[in-house]
Amino acid sequence: MAYELNGQTIEHDEEGYLTDLGQWTEDLAAILAKDEGIEMTDEHWEVVNFLREYYDEYQIAPAIRVLVKALKKTMGKEKGSNKYLYTLFPYGPAKQACKIAGLPKPTGCI
Amino acid sequence: MQEETIKKFMYMNRKAPYGTIYALEALEVVLIGAAFDQDVSLAFLDDGVFQLVEGQDTDGIGVKNFSPAFRALGDYDVTKLFVEKESLEERGLSPDDLMELVWEDEDDDWAEKPSIRIVTRDELKSILGDQDVILSF
Repeated sequence: MAYELNGQTIEHDEEGYLTDLGQWTEDLAAILAKDEGIEMTDEHWEVVNFLREYYDEYQIAPAIRVLVKALKKTMGKEKGSNKYLYTLFPYGPAKQACKIAGLPKPTGCI
Repeated sequence: MQEETIKKFMYMNRKAPYGTIYALEALEVVLIGAAFDQDVSLAFLDDGVFQLVEGQDTDGIGVKNFSPAFRALGDYDVTKLFVEKESLEERGLSPDDLMELVWEDEDDDWAEKPSIRIVTRDELKSILGDQDVILSF
């Protein structure tokens, strides 16, 4: 299974998560978001970029609870809440945002 | 929720980080289990102490260096990592060879506090005696 972008083939697993994180680009993120029915805004990018930085540092995709806590710390209470994240990513912030960010499915997503 | 009992869970790490899947799997179980709000501790003994050594580089063996994930444990409210002193000494290691792992105390203005506690074999025995559930990897 693969995404097609500018003549490039980008492999993904059965749930749509990228096989090789290195192939992620912002253009690809836009395609992934469209598949999820999400129109990317600055607020979406903020979360997606945050996830990429988190993965870069810790080599894991954070669970939703951890994401909320980290956002609360860096961006304040308003953005560090479940409700805010579900407004942006209605079908599960950790799962949808991680997929768009090109990360693996979060550890601890049951 | 008063009726919910919080149990003391201990994850024992006794194997080297690479060569077998035990260390990585144990860490994944810890991260998943952290969602259940239990009282979680980790113990590192025998070759398991190598899991926490600073500056791991796996380029030569073609597997992912997962050691940065230990730094995320604090975010998962896993803040008690007991390392057996004798296991370190038997392998020519000292606490200075280990990663500096901290957790941030939200109730104390995000003050960073150390997660690793060096304990003797006897101290670890009594810690194990206090646990409700022990999972060994």
